[in-house]
Amino acid sequence: MKVTVTVNGSEVAAEVADRTLLVHFLRDVAGLTATNVGCDTSSCGACTVLLDGRSVKSCTVLAAQADGRDVVTVEGLASGPDEMHPVQRAFRAEHGLQCGFCTPGMVMATVSLLAENPSPTEDEVRSALEGNLCRCTGYHNIVRAVLAAAGDGKTAAQ
Amino acid sequence: MSILGTRVVRTEDPRLLTVGGSYVDDLRAPELTDAARVTFVRSPIAHALITGIDVSAAREAAGVVAVLTAADLDDLPPPPPDSGLTGTEGLPLPLGGPWAEPLFAVDRVRFVGEPVAIVITDDRYQGEDAAELVSVDYDPLPAVVGFDAAIAGESLLFPAAASNVAVTSGGPADAAAFDGCDVVVQRTIVNQRLAPVPLEGRAVAARWADGRLTVWVSTQNAQISRFIMAGAFGLDPDAIRVVAPDVGGGFGAKVGIDRDALIVAWAAKHIGRALRWAETRSENLVGMTHGRAQQHVIKIGGTREGRILAYRLDVVQDTGAYPRMGGFLPFLTNLMALGPYDIGHVEAAYRVVVTNTTPISAYRGAGRPEATAAIERAVDLFAAEIGMDPAQVRRINLIPPDKFPYSSPCGAVYDTGDYVAALDKVLAGAGYAELRAEQARRRERGDVLQLGIGLASYVEITAADANGGETARLDVHPDGTVTVYTGSSAHGQGHHTAWAMLVEAELGIEMAKVTVVHGDTDLIPMGVGTYASRSLQLGGVAVQRAAVDVKEQARQIAADMLEASEADLELDPERGLWQVRGDPATSKTWAEVAAHAGEAGLTAAVNYTEGQPTFPFGTHLALTEVDTETGKVRLLRHVTVDDAGTVLNPVLAEGQRHGGIAQGVAQALLEEMVYDTEGNPITGTLVDYAFITAAELPSFELLASETPATINPLGAKGIGEAGTIGATPATQNSVIDAVSHLGVRHIDMPATPPRVWAAISEARESR
Repeated sequence: MKVTVTVNGSEVAAEVADRTLLVHFLRDVAGLTATNVGCDTSSCGACTVLLDGRSVKSCTVLAAQADGRDVVTVEGLASGPDEMHPVQRAFRAEHGLQCGFCTPGMVMATVSLLAENPSPTEDEVRSALEGNLCRCTGYHNIVRAVLAAAGDGKTAAQ
Repeated sequence: MSILGTRVVRTEDPRLLTVGGSYVDDLRAPELTDAARVTFVRSPIAHALITGIDVSAAREAAGVVAVLTAADLDDLPPPPPDSGLTGTEGLPLPLGGPWAEPLFAVDRVRFVGEPVAIVITDDRYQGEDAAELVSVDYDPLPAVVGFDAAIAGESLLFPAAASNVAVTSGGPADAAAFDGCDVVVQRTIVNQRLAPVPLEGRAVAARWADGRLTVWVSTQNAQISRFIMAGAFGLDPDAIRVVAPDVGGGFGAKVGIDRDALIVAWAAKHIGRALRWAETRSENLVGMTHGRAQQHVIKIGGTREGRILAYRLDVVQDTGAYPRMGGFLPFLTNLMALGPYDIGHVEAAYRVVVTNTTPISAYRGAGRPEATAAIERAVDLFAAEIGMDPAQVRRINLIPPDKFPYSSPCGAVYDTGDYVAALDKVLAGAGYAELRAEQARRRERGDVLQLGIGLASYVEITAADANGGETARLDVHPDGTVTVYTGSSAHGQGHHTAWAMLVEAELGIEMAKVTVVHGDTDLIPMGVGTYASRSLQLGGVAVQRAAVDVKEQARQIAADMLEASEADLELDPERGLWQVRGDPATSKTWAEVAAHAGEAGLTAAVNYTEGQPTFPFGTHLALTEVDTETGKVRLLRHVTVDDAGTVLNPVLAEGQRHGGIAQGVAQALLEEMVYDTEGNPITGTLVDYAFITAAELPSFELLASETPATINPLGAKGIGEAGTIGATPATQNSVIDAVSHLGVRHIDMPATPPRVWAAISEARESR
């Protein structure tokens, strides 16, 4: 079937098998490999992207379900190689990543969280990121990064 | 001021954060554009004879390039002759002879997940369809699951071996060892089986072209992988190039290259087409090695005044279906059995048994968390028995600072440390006295939510194979930039940042001009890689040594350029300029010096070996709240000292501690790889396996402590595994402490609500 998705602002159209998952569409058709697959049960969140502005696990969405819709991956966040998004900046400043495999999904989940709740408490951050697994960081610095990004956003808005 | 010891954010991160890493499944190299996909057909039965395999229907399926089984393994060298290593202690080698592990299962399967065949297809979805069409006939055999069944030996995995016990070490108990003790406590406890679960599972791509095999593999050790493949495939090492691209976590389970990846690499050569395999998580949970899986009998005795006089540890290591690590993991457990205590009489012994489960190998700590868990449980059991505060029992028995270096009767020589200081710092940082007072108030009131305060003091061994060393090459280019080639292998630790810091500190060349390369055997033929918390103290020192060597070469060149004597030259480390002492007007840049170096270039290569390992130490305190009506546990605080010598970059060192603490807490409270009695995994997906999440953890309270190592110039010890070693028993002890006033003395890990609730109920009933 023919699927057309706006990915990071650009239209990507392709003829794909009906069962093609959005994550494979992004990786194999759009050629955007930052979004990773970390499990097969929608548990780990490594594949998290924004679909029409809301975070989804792209391993659990068919490419067909994204037809005509808007997807943002971590590659679409930075406005330039030296112009990282505040969430990306915060993850770096707080050492919120180690091996980097969960990171694109973790960053996108954070962007979605802060859009819904710009000033979360630590407990709210921990609860919101329950569906995004990380084996390296113990979540300590990820939580700090999210809180720092929230603070950063507030400062920028004021 | 030197950059060493300062908080430097990572150079690796901008790429990982904006375009993502380049893991095996992300590689879009031209050599892999036509790569076909590999899908495994795995045994669904724990123990069976294979009576037939029919691949004809699969071969006819859409997109199928080939279907391969053991019958196709006709181009491999004969297995090496029986090395006679059965029973050998302390070597991280798979046992050969009757215990040998094939690539594909031949006539028998020994665990659920064992590779039986592969299907090669043009795309990944076709592979899943075609794999379903491979028909394998199994004649089931009784499964061996658990320590007792393995030892009983009613069913044998390897009939030719005539036993399920692969390795035995250590002498019988000394009957008189505990004679002088007022109190002796003995207990059988289990250090349960865990799944490592790096977020990137196993992945490999391979291509055979022009008589050369190129293998991209998610590994902690490119060079070891090449060595293993050369032996397995009968190839000259020069005919193999191994590339470790970005690696999405390893935790010990990606040491070298494992059986499934070897199959893929062999198949690429066998059919002459580039191949790629990235396992699913369900495959990963049964196919990647597991960790821990030890049963301990702990026996501890001492005086009523709190002095421990004797300790014995008997380990049974369940090594899964194949003894890949031989006797190595429990060897380390025995080596560290004493822990940080000054105990007059210590004994340790182990047996390694095979069972019809996924093979066991290293997992963050690899035998040492098990040792610490055993003695830290024993110390708490002893403290409870004599009615003394467990902190006080530790203080009485910790090796005092004036006894270093300390020769443990278990064979280790602890280099440097102040164990009592680490304990006291944690107690002060946590506010121990006030926590005990709050605990007493809750007990007095009979609160539903009881407070647990758990301690673990530890010493661990890092760079246990220090004499294996590590390599580094450092080139200063005529444009003033530097390339470092390291045999060490990064998979999240921040090697590129750390090595660049070492170069800047030694040469005054700013980090931004330093490129670090790892994990490509064409560029770095010799190296060991990353495990056993060895990287900084071996690979880092190698980089520093190479920098020192380059500096001395540069001094000669600059002296020649400035027509001065070498003794009169100095390097201004702040500006990275060579000059005649006290005369900045004469300065030469690194670029100018490198350009003057001639054809040989400005380069140095080092293979740094160390004569002995190092022994980091520390104390963890876990504060838990236990709901005595439901058994639910919540970790409220975790306070630690992890002293790993001089810290190069606190950002990186803290990150290592955080990750390890979370994995330790996970073992204590949540995670366990569970099999039923037939050998079926019942935690084979991330829905069932209780991987710890952010919601189950607090932020951690890390206290600083640096007691330098004296054997290496950086003063560094390893920090990679401290977290699992300290946090696991601290958290377990905390849960038990919370309900000890109810009569509970022990709860096996993971301390899940049903287990905690049952322990409380049992204690109440027996009162």
